[in-house]
Amino acid sequence: MKRTALSLITAVIVLGLLLTACGGKPTPPPPQKTEAPSAKETEAPAPAATEAPAGVEPAKEIVLYNWSEYIDPEIYTLFEEEFGIKVVEDNFSSNEEMLAKLQGGATGYALIVPSDYTVGIMIEEGMLAELDHANIPNLANLRDDFKNVPYDPGNKYCVPYQWGTTGIGYLSSEVDEPTSWAVIFEPDPNSPTYGRTTMLDDVREAFAAALVYLGYDINTTDEAQLEEAKQLLIQAKAGLSGYDSDTYEDLVAAGENLMAHGWNGDFLVAQEDNEDVAYTVPQEGGVIWVDNICIPVTTPPDQKLAAEMFIDFLLRPDIGAMLSEYTYYASPNAAAEELLPEDFLSDPAVYPPEEVMSRLQYIEPVGEAEALYQRLWDEVKSAPVP
Amino acid sequence: MHRLFARHPSLRPWLLLLPAALWLFVFFIAPLFIVLAYSFLERGTYGGVIWQFTLENLRRTFDPLYFSTFLRSLYIAIVTTFFCLVLGYPLAYYIATRPPRQRGTLVLALMIPFWTNFLIRTYAWLTLLRTHTGLINVTLINLGIIQKPLPLFGNDFAIILGLVYGWLPDMVLPIYAALDRLDISLVEAAQDLYASGSKVFWRVIWPLSLPGVVAGSMLVFIPSLGAFVTPAILGGGKSLMIGNIISNQFLAAHDWPFGSALSTVMMAVMLLATLLYFRAVSSEERKALV
Amino acid sequence: MSTISLSNKQLSRRSQIAYLKKRINDLALNLYGLGGYLFLYLPIVILLIFSFNDSRSVAQWHGFTLDWYVEMIHDEQIILSLWNSVFVAVVSTLISTVIGTLAAMAMERYRFVGHLFMDAVLYLPIIIPDIAMAIMLLIFFNISGIGFEPWKVTFFGVRLAVPYSVIIGHVAFNISFVAVVVRARLAQMDRTLEEAAQDLYAGPWQTFWRVTFPMMLPGIIGGALLAFTLSLDDFVITFFTSGAGFNTLPVRVFGMIKKGVTPKINAVSVLMLVFSLALIGISLLFRKGGDKGSPIEIGL
Repeated sequence: MKRTALSLITAVIVLGLLLTACGGKPTPPPPQKTEAPSAKETEAPAPAATEAPAGVEPAKEIVLYNWSEYIDPEIYTLFEEEFGIKVVEDNFSSNEEMLAKLQGGATGYALIVPSDYTVGIMIEEGMLAELDHANIPNLANLRDDFKNVPYDPGNKYCVPYQWGTTGIGYLSSEVDEPTSWAVIFEPDPNSPTYGRTTMLDDVREAFAAALVYLGYDINTTDEAQLEEAKQLLIQAKAGLSGYDSDTYEDLVAAGENLMAHGWNGDFLVAQEDNEDVAYTVPQEGGVIWVDNICIPVTTPPDQKLAAEMFIDFLLRPDIGAMLSEYTYYASPNAAAEELLPEDFLSDPAVYPPEEVMSRLQYIEPVGEAEALYQRLWDEVKSAPVP
Repeated sequence: MHRLFARHPSLRPWLLLLPAALWLFVFFIAPLFIVLAYSFLERGTYGGVIWQFTLENLRRTFDPLYFSTFLRSLYIAIVTTFFCLVLGYPLAYYIATRPPRQRGTLVLALMIPFWTNFLIRTYAWLTLLRTHTGLINVTLINLGIIQKPLPLFGNDFAIILGLVYGWLPDMVLPIYAALDRLDISLVEAAQDLYASGSKVFWRVIWPLSLPGVVAGSMLVFIPSLGAFVTPAILGGGKSLMIGNIISNQFLAAHDWPFGSALSTVMMAVMLLATLLYFRAVSSEERKALV
Repeated sequence: MSTISLSNKQLSRRSQIAYLKKRINDLALNLYGLGGYLFLYLPIVILLIFSFNDSRSVAQWHGFTLDWYVEMIHDEQIILSLWNSVFVAVVSTLISTVIGTLAAMAMERYRFVGHLFMDAVLYLPIIIPDIAMAIMLLIFFNISGIGFEPWKVTFFGVRLAVPYSVIIGHVAFNISFVAVVVRARLAQMDRTLEEAAQDLYAGPWQTFWRVTFPMMLPGIIGGALLAFTLSLDDFVITFFTSGAGFNTLPVRVFGMIKKGVTPKINAVSVLMLVFSLALIGISLLFRKGGDKGSPIEIGL
């Protein structure tokens, strides 16, 4: 036993070392110390981004803190080829995780991709750096409605990256298109969707759906309205198979569930597996969300300049189109839209028609009421199924 | 060092403990004071804290809503631990009674499934358990064994199954470690003596394996109590676990002080329970051995 | 099993029944063991099948493809994060196994002032909710100036990024897990053998290495395996304690939750499995050679 166990341990260690040794190779030595920036890089033909503040050279490597699978890796290659700046990607899985990590004091991220209401929070908390618009001339390519988003008018701190909506996905071969949120909030035991429906496991999204159905502002802090929304959410529980923010689109595509409250892009991806998956925003309206690219306030000037160059690069029409083709989400970039295929632009699930757009609301930070929302959501989740 | 160790027996435990104590005091106990301190501070609106003393967070931890959630989590954790023990003990016994050459391989084979990614493993269970389209239900219906799908998914059964699967090795490893030293010939001698297998088990094997059972139960019970990803994916997220409530304070409600207060109270309760449990069990052991 | 099949003929009727009973028990136990391992590997088989799924879905079958393996090989970031996971797991397992084993010996073999207190200190990392531990470590690294930036070292010509902050965090919780398992082993370990060795003129160190350590070994291996597994799969603590630009596989995979986890991760998991199984194969091969002369095991 001794010997066998020892040899086992040795094998584990040796294999581990081997693995790490091999693994070391792909790690490029990040040239952190920007000793003398090479001439090649400063002469790079950056048509617009060369007017850096005097004396600051762009960093040679920056870290982008992004959602996973949310950017075509080819974009990094093109950017590095043109400017000699390497972009390394780190991932987070929710806005709150990213926010908590930065609030705890993590640094080193030159670019982050928070959603709209998180941007609002970060601006209020003084966590974002003001963008130098002189370094981002392609900002002009943005669609007009994204130049003045409510959480950051005038793109002072951030640039919209991709956007979408929250509504209802369903299996069109099994159920009719839901026209009202009533299909979720007034569960009918005789409906095929009864017990085969999910809602997002997200406090603000769930309350937004209920508040929209009730005709209230989705950012209300009125306790009576929120109490009403809570009762409605508990009522809906009877018809739900569960709360799910992760696998709901797969479950609809597989036919396990027939309807789900969720984000449009997820259902579009699920269409690849099952073309009967469809998506709609009910008549009462829904949520519009925008992910944005921003720079944390702790970023040193050389990295900030490189980051702004990257933002400008993303705003180029061809790069913007590449981004949307990869992610299946709508582009906030008007110039990029021209390069996107017609059927993508005319898909109402990606680009909602004008009359739907007018019924969409942004989720905004609610300040002190955050605790109230969470408390009511905890009550919804722990309430027995009616 | 050698000499110190040899000449001063009273120093031995301290020398042995020194590395662990150093590491844990610097990198665990010191940071732990942050959690303690935060429990008594006011929340920042969107996370972080405001340096102002308050007892409000501790008061809120005794809210009936959270207490009932705690009880529910306790129930799930107890059932999970029970099934891990019932399933894991014979498995540990099986490994311990193999020829020495096979044991190492079997122990390793026990752990290897868990070197795959956690989320992917959970999704694999999802594929098996889904109510209308899961492999188990579809197969059983196609074979004509059942007419209506069994409720395998989105309920406590699925949560407990997922947790038992996830923590089974944590139960098996310590029990195996305790059983492994059992000399099989000793057991066989006892078998001749008592003639009955069950007598041998309860009088010889079980008391000797007790430390492993206790350690394994703890390694299963505590993490199950705080679990929240498995309940969310397999249980449908229709009910809360205490783990959800704590992580939600940090990751959804931006309420760090309340999250800290909940953690502090939970740690205090669990620590007390653990220490009492160990005391009780070790005195039982001694009785059993005498 | 066959070791006791010595002299069948001489067995009396009564012991024949006992023998039969034993055979049935053995069979039941064997079946049980098989069933146990089937249970553990059942989802792994599903995982393996879906790594060949011709769809982005990890839950619904659409046909066979090798695309995910091709994509995995070309995804440098995923491969790098896999190496990072293994590196962190190996290093933190080595450190925590040594420290945890020493602590277990102290706790189990000695009674001293402050025993109860150290007991508490050792259990706390198991008890603390990992999100609380993660955030407090993050704040602690920040305010203490320890920082997160991985050390860049060159080791035999290979450049490594050593994420000391992540390793510190993993060791901090793994020490306790190792200590618990090793203590279970030590708890009632027969001390007569050690005493016998000492009576037979063996020095304390000889006694330790020749008697105590081998007897502790199953516990140490169990603890190390547990630590390795926990470290390899940890998401929360790694996420909050890692510096910019350092990813492990779980961090990358959890990041995919919102945009959809693809079978690429199944492919990476299968890669891990293949490595691990190769490891078992190698260790078996080595052992076969090593054990040949040992008389006790012949005939098993």
